[in-house]
Amino acid sequence: MTGTTPRTDLRIGVDVGGTNTDAVVLDGSSAPLARAKVATTANVNGGIGAALEAVLAAPGVAAERVGHVMIGTTHATNALLERSNLVRVAALRVGAPASNAVRPMYGWPASLRTAVSAHSAIVRGGLELDGSDSTPFDTDAVARFCAEAARSGAEAVAVSSVFAPVSPRHEELALATVRRELGDIPVSLSHQVGSLGLLERENATILNAALGRVAVHVIRAIEEALREQGLDHAVPYFAQNDGTLMSLESTERTPVLTIGSGPANSLRGAAYLTGVSDALVADVGGTSTDIGALAQSFPRESAFGVEIGGVATNFRMPDLVSIAIGGGTTVAGSPGGVTVGPRSVGYELGEKALVFGGPTATLSDAAVAAGRATIGDRAPAPSTHPLLAAALKVCDQRIADAVDRIKVTRGDLPLIAVGGGSVLVPEGLPGVTTVIRPDHYDVANAIGAAIGTVSGNVDRVFSVGSRESDRARVLDEARGAAVESAIAAGAAPDSVEIIEIDEIPLSYLREPAVRVRVKAAGPLSRM
Amino acid sequence: MLLDVNNLPDYARGAAILGAGGGGSTQVGLLAALQAVEELGPVEVIPVDAVPDDELVLPVAGLGSPDITLEKIGNPEQGRWLRAMIERETGRPVHAMMASEVGGNNALLPVMWAAHAGLPLVDADGMGRAYPEMQMISMHLAGIPATPTALVDERGHSMMFRDMDAHWLERVARAVAVAFGGFACTSDHILTGAQARTATVLGSVSKAIRIGEVISSARHDRIGGVLRHLDGRVLINGKVSDVYRRTVDGFVRGSVLIDGIREDKGRLVRVEIQNENLVVMEDGEILASVPDIITLLDAQTSDVIFTELLRYGQRVSLLVLPSPDIWRSPRGLELVGPRAFGYDFDYEPIGSTGGTTAAEETR
Repeated sequence: MTGTTPRTDLRIGVDVGGTNTDAVVLDGSSAPLARAKVATTANVNGGIGAALEAVLAAPGVAAERVGHVMIGTTHATNALLERSNLVRVAALRVGAPASNAVRPMYGWPASLRTAVSAHSAIVRGGLELDGSDSTPFDTDAVARFCAEAARSGAEAVAVSSVFAPVSPRHEELALATVRRELGDIPVSLSHQVGSLGLLERENATILNAALGRVAVHVIRAIEEALREQGLDHAVPYFAQNDGTLMSLESTERTPVLTIGSGPANSLRGAAYLTGVSDALVADVGGTSTDIGALAQSFPRESAFGVEIGGVATNFRMPDLVSIAIGGGTTVAGSPGGVTVGPRSVGYELGEKALVFGGPTATLSDAAVAAGRATIGDRAPAPSTHPLLAAALKVCDQRIADAVDRIKVTRGDLPLIAVGGGSVLVPEGLPGVTTVIRPDHYDVANAIGAAIGTVSGNVDRVFSVGSRESDRARVLDEARGAAVESAIAAGAAPDSVEIIEIDEIPLSYLREPAVRVRVKAAGPLSRM
Repeated sequence: MLLDVNNLPDYARGAAILGAGGGGSTQVGLLAALQAVEELGPVEVIPVDAVPDDELVLPVAGLGSPDITLEKIGNPEQGRWLRAMIERETGRPVHAMMASEVGGNNALLPVMWAAHAGLPLVDADGMGRAYPEMQMISMHLAGIPATPTALVDERGHSMMFRDMDAHWLERVARAVAVAFGGFACTSDHILTGAQARTATVLGSVSKAIRIGEVISSARHDRIGGVLRHLDGRVLINGKVSDVYRRTVDGFVRGSVLIDGIREDKGRLVRVEIQNENLVVMEDGEILASVPDIITLLDAQTSDVIFTELLRYGQRVSLLVLPSPDIWRSPRGLELVGPRAFGYDFDYEPIGSTGGTTAAEETR
């Protein structure tokens, strides 16, 4: 960026949640320089603007010292769940006849398909595993698809070709034809969105195209909020689902990757606040608790692709066990037969809970009665204590079970408790060496966004010979490509590290082939 | 009986369990089968007895790497092409199709092909589970010739193999499938209605549907339901603590370690893999082995974890179901017993070794 002062040593992290928007300012030390919690507003920039304004008003925080603003949002998730503000997409699959068996968007929830689908077609083309043509690319068929797409009123195009992760050749040919026929209509290409698995990648690509308007809307709102707060010199980034950051340009191209950034951020924030790189993390909110695991300061990923809005994708999200336990979780029944949740008073905790003079017994009340927390303005009546004690016992057991389910190593690990409801996490959990309760635990999310690194991913199929040296060569090549892509995304070249390598041999092929997934990540380079 | 949009998801669940970790994920095959019956109507499933003595049953399967089918999800017309090739070759009418392999995705592809070929499926298969090689099939055991065999890729490139035994067919047909891009559809070990009554594993389709129904109708204790229904055992509940995989001659070999949790805490069990889960060992002792059906289920969802999806940290239940009787005979074991996969020990049917029975499990 030009026009910056030499000292842009601060970064701001913003987490836009369903209830609150949190912001923190970090200066490189482990404690935030300033922090704020404001109500999330319906218009995008309202809550973000207020949160930025609040942290910028703190002593020692000068807007001109802020170099980066990192934002974690749930706008894309909500748009898909609510089917709101979605773009109508024409989906093109380049892969006939090898991939005719299931048509695009088959099996989607009807309401989402109706909201998104303008037109779809499967045309000849696509590759083999080795990158050669499976069938020749059919330019005329793509031109006919474009004519149909225009007639159907499609506002964006999603292109997925067979074995695009091996080579994007046919997607690029399709893009050229779409540009010629339909001008500058937004186009999503599957190789930029997902990995192997045609249908899941195609689904993610179509959802990505459908989110185009939401992405532009959020990006413009954030640019405006930054301008209003005197932060137009700061470089904004969005948090993505693997716990790393992407630029506004990347976000505009692949908004679907912002989905699921919340849990990743809280895990990363927990690592930062404690300096512990391998640990379990419990993020306790008002309604639910997510328990995940950190390996080398990054969230351990789930082995399965996740569903987004009822659609199968091959996105890798943090491996989480979620339970309906939170500060607002309601308690009912009798000491002998207590019912804990799953209902929660949620954001109304301050009016409904006993400790705030309300009528509803909650787990927050149970924590206060047991002396684990000091919130609210009064103690729960002694008559409620047996019920609350029984509820807390159930709560402790559920957390212990969830911790046991997420643990994968035989050795014991520390557990980091973050989130507004983290007082519920008991000491002395089996398999846990110690429970760490960092300061600023309730803004771990925003901190996780603020410290985000940038990453580069490679997920490709390589042919390997039978010699061990071939395997080494392939792994080197994949590592190099991942590092290069992290640097291209803005990482400081000398500090990029390989944080994950996954090697999966493909079966039943006489010439050995291996699928290699490598992730490299590093801190942003200095401006 | 019909396979339609209502029971196909159950059929797919059951087929996944019978896959013993192999046979490839049923996810895409299920979508393909659903779309086919939605467009063309349900596929009829007929008993083997309903096939006239001298009309043909066409065993069909995908041959090649399941990983390829992640991208090349298939061309429904392949079923029609296979039928036409065999009718032209033999001069005899095809009465029905049959899944060569009821385990994994090869249970689902035949539904799509049968719908497009306008044929019923017989309620039988050639394995009662999944196996990695073409000669590991009941028709081979029964002396049915492997050829003529039709092979067709998704473009319609086709090959007819003649005068080969099952071992040569495995060798040559697989090489052709690789040349076609890693995957092709095949119809081999073709048999008549009369032969099918004794040379197949009977009732496979209805068994898979029943397993799926048991799981999807159970509110809780889904695995217990399967155990009661199929006389199976849970060998351990635990977490995957290590996965080791490599490719040898085109086959994925490896092992997975499962670390016990809860009542199994302190136990460590190893599963040996060659595409399918083959052997379960604990402290040097064999707990179960092929041909019994060894399947890893996600502890929470009861979904099958196929070998290619195994990953460090998964919470699993290790389930063993008894092999179809046909493979427990001396000749059956010669073909698919532990020694056929290079292990130096004899098969012990489950029941004679450890593990929790259904009665204990649900106590």
